Amino acid sequence: MAAKKLMKGTAARMGVMKRVSLVFKAKANRALDKMEDPRETLDYSYQRQLELLTKVRRGVADVATSRKRVELQMNQLQQQANKLEDQARKALGMGREDLARAALERKASAQSQLNDLQAQYAQLQAEEEKLTVASQRLQSKVDAFRTRKETIKATYTAAEAQTRINEAFSGISEEMGDVGMAIQRAEDKTAQMQARAGAIDELMASGALDDAVGGSRRDDIQSELDMMSASSDVERELSRLKGEITSEAPKQLEGGANGNSQAAQAPQGQGAPYAPPPPAQTQPASIPASDRPAEPQDGEG
Amino acid sequence: MIVRISGEGQFSIDDTATAELNRLDSELEAAVNRNDEAAFTSALHGLLDQVRAQGSPLPADTLEESDLILPPQDASMDEVRSMLTEEGLIPG
Repeated sequence: MAAKKLMKGTAARMGVMKRVSLVFKAKANRALDKMEDPRETLDYSYQRQLELLTKVRRGVADVATSRKRVELQMNQLQQQANKLEDQARKALGMGREDLARAALERKASAQSQLNDLQAQYAQLQAEEEKLTVASQRLQSKVDAFRTRKETIKATYTAAEAQTRINEAFSGISEEMGDVGMAIQRAEDKTAQMQARAGAIDELMASGALDDAVGGSRRDDIQSELDMMSASSDVERELSRLKGEITSEAPKQLEGGANGNSQAAQAPQGQGAPYAPPPPAQTQPASIPASDRPAEPQDGEG
Repeated sequence: MIVRISGEGQFSIDDTATAELNRLDSELEAAVNRNDEAAFTSALHGLLDQVRAQGSPLPADTLEESDLILPPQDASMDEVRSMLTEEGLIPG
């Protein structure tokens, strides 16, 4: 209260430094719970210091968890960007500039998310380092306080102890206020970033970045590429078959022999389902062939 | 004189450096009053750099109280404003 009055009264000629200092100290002092026997206050304060140490260490762990989450998302986005570039290259190879453009547009979107995440990652890393250093500094001060506390308890009566205790307190309570603020700021930043990380997860799930992991409209570029490549396979197959037909036209008349050879192949295909690997090209032909045996058999029988 | 940069630690500074710190502090205050974030950031960084340049860090295990407490390096103007009130950032 005194500090507040002082602050208001002198604010006009007091700079930012002094006002911040006064408010800070007023709060730090109020945070001290004074006990009847000042030596009890020492023990009580020491407990609170240990609690704060635990809290700041947990803060470090929380920030690290957030950082790892961002790292995971960065990896996913990077994979996605690579994949989209690959698709663009394939699309260009097939003469589909429109499809390549669509893939590159999505890649640009993934890339911009990635840049954003990189900045977040750097911030979280800095926050983690700051809290780590803060926890080490607090640990040193808490150790110093414990030593001082034991000395005071061993050496002084309650009445004598007061001034010594005040000295020890002012230093540690200032540090505690500062560490408390560092934890608060780290928590705020982490919360902001978690919200943004959640938004990116949603974006990826929506398929806007063409996430390979999920989403109903996933990977329409890939499916179009697949379709094109499938249809070009069909074309190739078609021209191969046409070629066979023209060169084997005379033999075509011996349809019975042809039919027999297919019928002979069919049992193999049925007996050993793993046989078809070679017929990657023959497969379309061998499927009707396996259906066919009924016909020749009918014809023969 | 002992100066704490919040989130960073305490520095011991010769009293002769006070005049320069006060000058930088006036800049900082002017920036806050003008609501000029860019000027605020540059004034704050100038002030903190001056403390780091002129001061020597206190050992971590010291229990000395600071004469001055300065906002952290990455503080925004709004944050510093809230540090000027009782409802500010510092957990009570």
